[in-house]
Amino acid sequence: MTPRSTYQRMLGWGGQFAVILILGFLILPAAVVTIAAFNDKAILSFPPQAWSWHWFARALAYQDFRDGFRNGLIVTAWSSATALLVGAMFALVIDRYQFPFKRAIEGVLMSPLVIPHFTVGLGFLILSAQIGWSRSFAVVVACHVVLVLPFVLRSVYVSLKNLDQSYELAAASLGATPLRVLLTITLPLLLPGLVSGWLFAAILSFNEFTASLFVTSQRTQTLPVAMYNYVREFADPSMAALSVMYIVGTAALIAFANSFLGLGKVLSIEQSH
Amino acid sequence: MVGRDNAAVHFDAVTKRFGDVVALNEVSLAIRRGEFMTLLGPSGCGKTTLLKLAAGFLGPDGGSIAIHGKCVNDVPTYKREIGMMFQNYALFPHMNVAENVAYGLKTRRVRRQERRQRVAEALALVKLTGMEDRKPRQLSGGQQQRVALARALVINPTVLLLDEPFSALDKNLRASMQAELREIQRKLGLTTIFVTHDQSEALSLSDRMAVMSEGRIRQLGTPVEVYRRPSDRFVASFVGDTNKLRGRLVGTAATDAFIALGTAQVKVPGEPLSGAADSAPVDVFVRPEQLRVVSAGEPCAMTGNVVAQVYQGGHVDLQIECKASGHDRLLVRSAGDQAVTRWPLGTEVGISIDADGCAAFPAE
Repeated sequence: MTPRSTYQRMLGWGGQFAVILILGFLILPAAVVTIAAFNDKAILSFPPQAWSWHWFARALAYQDFRDGFRNGLIVTAWSSATALLVGAMFALVIDRYQFPFKRAIEGVLMSPLVIPHFTVGLGFLILSAQIGWSRSFAVVVACHVVLVLPFVLRSVYVSLKNLDQSYELAAASLGATPLRVLLTITLPLLLPGLVSGWLFAAILSFNEFTASLFVTSQRTQTLPVAMYNYVREFADPSMAALSVMYIVGTAALIAFANSFLGLGKVLSIEQSH
Repeated sequence: MVGRDNAAVHFDAVTKRFGDVVALNEVSLAIRRGEFMTLLGPSGCGKTTLLKLAAGFLGPDGGSIAIHGKCVNDVPTYKREIGMMFQNYALFPHMNVAENVAYGLKTRRVRRQERRQRVAEALALVKLTGMEDRKPRQLSGGQQQRVALARALVINPTVLLLDEPFSALDKNLRASMQAELREIQRKLGLTTIFVTHDQSEALSLSDRMAVMSEGRIRQLGTPVEVYRRPSDRFVASFVGDTNKLRGRLVGTAATDAFIALGTAQVKVPGEPLSGAADSAPVDVFVRPEQLRVVSAGEPCAMTGNVVAQVYQGGHVDLQIECKASGHDRLLVRSAGDQAVTRWPLGTEVGISIDADGCAAFPAE
């Protein structure tokens, strides 16, 4: 055994301390909000003097939040599904074919990453007002599709890059038509990438605020917009309670998807003994 | 000569370019029915491109490809009735062994009952009965290869295409898989195109082999022809171990030429030397097994010192530094293991050369 010097031991403790500090800093906001959510008083104070579940009940009962949640689900379902379909097709075409302006098309598809969300929202607001659709769900969905498309595209594109093309060639050599290859080989092998791309899109869409603020109306406002409108008028811990539910819900969804993806890998690719 | 109609696969002046790179330059090759044809060459020689053209993964930029007399230039892969084995086997990871093998039968709409029977037969042929429910990842490399072979064979392909299928296997397994594949191929009388960069694999498996380099076929012939009578310097040095010695042309007679090598004279095929002047310098390619080590003082072609011994079990490879030769070190293969004790390092020895079986080309 090599004796460790005092210096080395200090360095080891210092390192561990730094890691704990960083981790603590990361979860600090969530922890503060969670604790505040259980405050008995009708103010967002910290630390609370007395404890209560009261604000969770209020958040769940508040009509604007209920509508916002329902609207959010509708918008998320449509936008993530549409983005998945469009993104997967674009990813496939960009990966497999050479054509003029390929880089330019790719650039346009990825551009929402660098365009601020409020710009996208404002653009959709002006456009939709122009054609008289400003109060419809379609505009919100279209706006969200644009915003989440790059993420789906990236996710599917990376999966495609990692997909060994010899599987598809082998299928073709065994007499499979291109459509059959796509359905029986390509799509099943891309499933993890498609699911994670969809999940990414769904979470982003459900949480999107900036652009949604422009394109939603009272009737179509999503949960983040409803929360914003609430906090402009009230300062009670309902918001904090809702945030806690948000965090728990999203975490549960990711945990579920992770086990599903893991399961998918076991079923399809990884060895199981 | 094999004509277009009775050839199993016929490449006629096939050209393929990738951008500015000419991968295949007017390659013509007729493969007989039931023949095991090897395409041998270093990476980038065009052998894999030729195989991909046969499979239909690529289309030619010039020339035509016919399978069983029918031009397939415009026939997509899935209509070509080929069986293909890939370097990484490309077993479908989301399907089990039986589903992998049945895939080609499903695309042909073979009915369930017959499908099951043919899958069982194919798996029996490759000795994998009982493995139906395993996933590819649960199989060893050799087993994966057998599944790939069963999958390719079960559809009764007109041609079997093999893309370096043994390169991922360890040496012992490779030898037994090669023997097994060849046995199955003979039994079924299946036309086979085999791509490899491993010259010993090519020599041991092929009915005929095409040695390729830079997008052309340099020599087409049986393994013995290619090994014994290489058509050019590239083939002579690429196929098998060889020594290059500087000699002098002393005369030609009929189809033979005679070369002075040290104090010895060897007979080589005359054709590659046609046009060379008498006493012109030539490069002689001598196989290690054609050289023999003798004690210094005995009659020999040249002398040298033993500088390295490599014990190979069945034989010993000696490296001999030869002062007289233009080439510094000669590789001599000595059967058995007496050479280890008889010619220790530093010994001065003589080297004699078989008078027949060398090849010579004008000196560069």
